[in-house]
Amino acid sequence: MARAALPGRLNWQLGRVVDTIQQTHRAKSLVLDLPNWPGHRAGQHVDIRLTSDDGYQAQRGYSIASAPEDDGVTLTVDRLEGGEVSPYLTDVVEPGDEIEVRGPIGGYFVWDASLSGPLLLISGGSGIVPMRAMLRHWAAAHPPVQVRLLHSARSLDDVIYRDELMRLAAFDEADVRIALTRVWPEGWRGHRGRIDREFLLGAAWAAKDQPRIYVCGPTGFVEAAAAALVENGQRPETIKTERFGPTAG
Amino acid sequence: MSPISRGFLGHRHSGGDPSRLPPGQHLTNGFPVLSAGPTPRTPLPEWSFTIDGVVKEAVSWRWEEFLALPAEQITVDIHCVTKWTKLDTSWRGVSLDTLLQSVETDAQYLTAWCDGGYTTNLAVDDVADGKAWVAYEYDGGPVHPEHGGPARLLVPHLYFWKSAKWVRGLRLTPVDEPGFWETYGYHNHGDPWLEQRYQGD
Repeated sequence: MARAALPGRLNWQLGRVVDTIQQTHRAKSLVLDLPNWPGHRAGQHVDIRLTSDDGYQAQRGYSIASAPEDDGVTLTVDRLEGGEVSPYLTDVVEPGDEIEVRGPIGGYFVWDASLSGPLLLISGGSGIVPMRAMLRHWAAAHPPVQVRLLHSARSLDDVIYRDELMRLAAFDEADVRIALTRVWPEGWRGHRGRIDREFLLGAAWAAKDQPRIYVCGPTGFVEAAAAALVENGQRPETIKTERFGPTAG
Repeated sequence: MSPISRGFLGHRHSGGDPSRLPPGQHLTNGFPVLSAGPTPRTPLPEWSFTIDGVVKEAVSWRWEEFLALPAEQITVDIHCVTKWTKLDTSWRGVSLDTLLQSVETDAQYLTAWCDGGYTTNLAVDDVADGKAWVAYEYDGGPVHPEHGGPARLLVPHLYFWKSAKWVRGLRLTPVDEPGFWETYGYHNHGDPWLEQRYQGD
C-alpha cells in the first residue's frame, strides 16, 4: 500500500540499471535510472538494499560517481573478494535489473562549484569515486577554481576512470597526478610510491593558499595522508575525510 | 515490499546470534574507522574532561584525575550507521552516572564536544542509568587514536556516531541542539533497533 512521503524522509526507490561499465579488473560502474531522484551534490552517497528470494536483505553504502549534471546516477563498485554485496553488483547485475536505492546521503563530504578554491582532492584506490563526481561537477560548471587530484593506485591498470582522468587533464586543465605504489610502467614519470609527506609538500598548495582538501580511501591511506597534511602545516579544519574499511563490501 | 534481487543469495551465516543484529546491519570482526577529518592527537598533559553548560558549578578532571575515578569494565555490541555491527566489544571507562553526579543540573539534553570540533547531542535520559561511559581502554589496552583515544564516549544502544571520539567534555543544554552529523541529515536520536539512520526515519 502506498504511504505518503513524510517531508524530509529518505524513501527507498527502485533504480533500473541502464548500463554497466567495467572500469578495472575489480571495479565496475552501474548507471542507474532513478525516476524519483531528487538530485545530489558531488561527494554524497546512497544506500542500496538487496533482497534474496526468501526475504533476507543486505544494505550497503556506495559513493556516487556521477556529477549532479550527469544523466542517471552512477555508482562504481570495487569488488571485494568474499564480500557479500560487491561481488553480486560487479558479477551478477546486468542492465535491466532493478536495485533499491535511497539517498542522497551526507552533507559534509561534498563540494559545490560555488565554493572558493583551490580544490585539492586526494584519493587512494576506489576512494576516487566521490572525487570523480567532484571533478565532473567542476568540469561541467567550470568555476574559476583551480583543481588538483592526487591519486594513489597499485598500478596503472588499477586506476579507476584512467582514460577519463587523462582527458580531464589534457583538455580541461585539471591537474591530475598519479602515484603508483607497486608497479609502474617503464619510463613512468609520475610519482613512485605512496602519497607521503614529501610528495604532499611538492604537490599540495600551501596552507596560505587556503585549499579545500578532500581525502578519501581506505582507513590506512586516509590516516597517513591526513596526518601528513597536518604535519605539513595544513589547517585540520580545511581537511575533510571519508574512510572505508574492508567490511564495506 | 522489496522486489527480489535476481540471483542475490547473501551471506546469512556470518556467525553470531542473529537476534543481536539490528535491521539492515551485518556483522564484522574488524573495527572500521569513520571520522570526518584528521585524527587529533592531544598530549595527555593537556587533556582534560569538563562538564559545563546548565550546571550550578562546572567540573573538570585532568587525565590522572580522570583515571582515578571509579571505572567499570563493559562488554557491549556496537552498531555503526554505515551498516556494520561488532559483537562483544570490551571497554573500560567511567560511567556517565558517575560523571554527572558531580554536577547539579536540571537540563534534559547535552552536547558532547571533542578535539577536532566534532559534536553530538544526546538526551540525558539516553546516557543515564548505566547506558553510557567515557571509555579509555579498548580490549585491554589504550583506545587507539584512530578509534577515539585517549578517551571516547561509549553509548552502545545508539548508532556509533553518538559515541563521540576524542571526547573532551559534556555541555548540558536547556534544549536539544543537533550536533555534527545530526545537522548533516542523520537522525537526531539514532536508535539502531528502530533503524533511525537518517532524518525522518
